[in-house]
Amino acid sequence: MKPARFEYAAPDSLAEAISLLEQHADDDVKILAGGQSLVPLLNMRMARPEFLIDLNRIAELQYIREEAGWLAIGAMTRKRAVEESELVRQRQPALLAATQLVGHPQIRNRGTVGGSMAHADPAAEYPALALLLGVELRVAGPGGERRIPAADFFHGYLATALEPTDVLTEVRIPVLDPGTGWSFLEVARRHGDFAMGGAGATVRLDASGKLSEVRIALFGVGAAALRLHDVERELVGEQPGEALFQDAGARASQGLEDPLSDVHASAEYRRNLARVLTVRVLEEAVGRAGGAGGREEGSR
Amino acid sequence: MTTQKKAISLSVNGISYEASIEPRMTLADLLRGELVLTGTHVGCEHGVCGACTVLLDGRAVRACLMLAVQADGASLTTVEGLETDGELHPIQQAFIEEHGLQCGFCTPGFLLTVHELLENSPDPSDDEVRDALGGQICRCTGYQAILRSVRLAATRLRDAQAAASSQGS
Repeated sequence: MKPARFEYAAPDSLAEAISLLEQHADDDVKILAGGQSLVPLLNMRMARPEFLIDLNRIAELQYIREEAGWLAIGAMTRKRAVEESELVRQRQPALLAATQLVGHPQIRNRGTVGGSMAHADPAAEYPALALLLGVELRVAGPGGERRIPAADFFHGYLATALEPTDVLTEVRIPVLDPGTGWSFLEVARRHGDFAMGGAGATVRLDASGKLSEVRIALFGVGAAALRLHDVERELVGEQPGEALFQDAGARASQGLEDPLSDVHASAEYRRNLARVLTVRVLEEAVGRAGGAGGREEGSR
Repeated sequence: MTTQKKAISLSVNGISYEASIEPRMTLADLLRGELVLTGTHVGCEHGVCGACTVLLDGRAVRACLMLAVQADGASLTTVEGLETDGELHPIQQAFIEEHGLQCGFCTPGFLLTVHELLENSPDPSDDEVRDALGGQICRCTGYQAILRSVRLAATRLRDAQAAASSQGS
């Protein structure tokens, strides 16, 4: 028996889960979603909660719906359900691409959309995707419900705006506007392993083919996923092209404050990955938007 | 401190089981220690090696990353459930013929992962197979023989399917 002892409850409804969280406000409580990050931590006793609240029996937290320009996804929706969703395929291909990069199929069969957001692993795809697309996180707590934009939700290494009595209930992802080019890529030793580095981009072009909107996010290279606001600003108004992308890649790399260095990759390697991946996602996103200097899908 | 035990019931390989367990027990430990289905192997116990992969309601999952209490009411298939009346499943037979196993430690996880793959995709490309097996680690056989085993299993299962449907028509 590897995990340390804990008390356990598996409520059937969100209301019941919130009431349990209130009752146990003074205990060390952990919420169990898909368990693909938490159970390893329990097995290694790096996490030793007194009380575990399992959300897996709450059917009302498992859905994918379209709501006026947004995909509303219940926090307990499995990654595999996202991968198999026709709605996701049609409305937000960047979400599909990011999902297919998460772990292995067996992990995606259990892992949830909300779990990845709440865990906020620096090498995880979903927090970066959330920053890139301007995702909204719906949170329920004893004081009622609130919506938190991704930019305010992620606070750093494994840290979020969630309070101990909060439950993340829904992840709201804007659908892709026609004309927006996108890309989401990562470099890992094997497909499915933790990313040594990853990046995403979305771009829009004006009538003259110049960049009118650019968003870039990086993950796996520092303590948390990040948006490259400075690099983005430099690109707006410019004619896309190889030299511009290379320049953006160099800025992305130089701008990294404290690149992660571990057994998987050195800080220097990750700095280089930030450069290379920034160039690649810009090329691919511009290509999908039909712009100059872009690369067609699958041409690499 | 004593933790209250939870009563659960589940179906494994078509047989109903009841157990009273601590919530902290993993599904892998329930299968091996309580139900004595030791075909499910436990390697890393944190979801990396894939040896403990079982089918949960038809989906391949890591038995080390689920609590046993979470399987209450579920229907599981382990490697012991693949054979029928003493006859090996075509996937098992293909692994033998194409040398898809040497020491066999990782094999149960491979077999169940391949089972899910071929249910969803009866004629997978080599890339698809490699991708599906990305979460399974083998340290002695070598992956090329495993890939060949999957190809053979896919062919046999498709042939059996075709034979069954032509008989039925």
